[in-house]
Amino acid sequence: MKVSYYPGCSLHATGKEYDQSMKSVSHALGIELKEVDDWSCCGASSAHSTNFDLTIALSARNLISAEKDALDVMVPCAACFNRFKTAEHHLKADKELKTKIEGMVGAKYQGGIAIRNPIDVIFNEIGIDTLTAKVVKPLTGLKPVSYYGCLLLRPPDVCEFENYENPFMLDKILGTIGADVRNWSYKTDCCGGSLAISKTSIVVGMCDKLMSAAREAGANCVVTACPLCMNNLDMRPSKRLKLPVFYFTELIALAMGLAGSKETFKSHMFDPQPLLKRVQLI
Amino acid sequence: MKTFLEEVNKKINGVPLQRCYHCRKCTAGCPVASHMEYNLNKVVRLIQNGKRDEVLNSSTIWICLSCETCITRCPNQIDIARMMDVLRQMAIEEGIGAHEKNVLKFHEAFLSNIKMGGRINEPLMMVQYKLKSGDLFSDIGMAPGMFLKGKLSLLSPRTKDIKSVKDIFEKTKHS
Repeated sequence: MKVSYYPGCSLHATGKEYDQSMKSVSHALGIELKEVDDWSCCGASSAHSTNFDLTIALSARNLISAEKDALDVMVPCAACFNRFKTAEHHLKADKELKTKIEGMVGAKYQGGIAIRNPIDVIFNEIGIDTLTAKVVKPLTGLKPVSYYGCLLLRPPDVCEFENYENPFMLDKILGTIGADVRNWSYKTDCCGGSLAISKTSIVVGMCDKLMSAAREAGANCVVTACPLCMNNLDMRPSKRLKLPVFYFTELIALAMGLAGSKETFKSHMFDPQPLLKRVQLI
Repeated sequence: MKTFLEEVNKKINGVPLQRCYHCRKCTAGCPVASHMEYNLNKVVRLIQNGKRDEVLNSSTIWICLSCETCITRCPNQIDIARMMDVLRQMAIEEGIGAHEKNVLKFHEAFLSNIKMGGRINEPLMMVQYKLKSGDLFSDIGMAPGMFLKGKLSLLSPRTKDIKSVKDIFEKTKHS
């Protein structure tokens, strides 16, 4: 299948491991990526917290650009995904707003392409059977908890993600590549990403709570599909509680034995290589 | 003249806040309720009672993380997260600013960074934030490690048609 690809700002910098592994996994699973032409930032929390029209218009500019390719747009960053789904929701529900925003962006919004996240694309389009057949190195010894966070799931009628209080797609993907996925009650709890820089003390407590819960569940790592959760969980928890954090695509790349799959682990702030060596995966 | 409640309802443009019967499910699920000056349903109550100054001057509206747990669980589908966006926007428009100053300064630095390059340049954005907030030293210890690992790129690609992005900022300035 072919999709248009909106990496978003994080994937070119702090979230580069997500971009690299996303591209190699997509290639290996037969997902062809066409980057959205001349994309710009979605505005993230800073736009929606301060100016409603700005948040809708910044997302609409990108959606309109993606529509030129007439392909579903895959958005790996949970925050960008959430902003695009929110913009789509409002633009489809409110004709007056749509006309106003089109005037601001200087182009028409059709609303004809689906906005998708990579968990959904891999689970529903590629499928568990195809993924199973591609595993060459099952991730035996890895005991992750899957962490979905907020922005892929909520609000449910906007994000349209399955089972938003107890989602399972990421758990199934991780199980398929051979990991011993631990069950826990914090899959969809917030890590505090939007205040990580401006109210750090609150956010450290939230990250510590998640890491403690993961440890209690018997996990030796945490798996995410969001570059903001990754930054936060990789850097903010107290030293004594930290666990390695992975993007789910990094683990798929490792299990599929893809070239360069070991490289992305080197740039994590909390080094996951000792764990991977201990369980003989690198 | 519109009441405060009517004004907020109009901006939310969804289920009216009168629907809230104060079951406190929003507060129970909020991950930062314990850091807030007012619980979420108390904010709704204050709006119902026309307490504009208390609400717009509160730290609560700036502590909200926009995790959307409240709207997800509200039995009346009241969009509390959207309500928080509306209240923050009103506080800015009315010149009240933010009780939690650094939160708004971060948003300002983030948005001005988008306006410059179309995309976020993280190191530059952090410099802008630090200059605005005066909080020069926090997180500075992380920077060298992040640079060495290639996570902070000074020359990240920009949007070519930057005028179209600047136009959006210009046209939404007073909206």
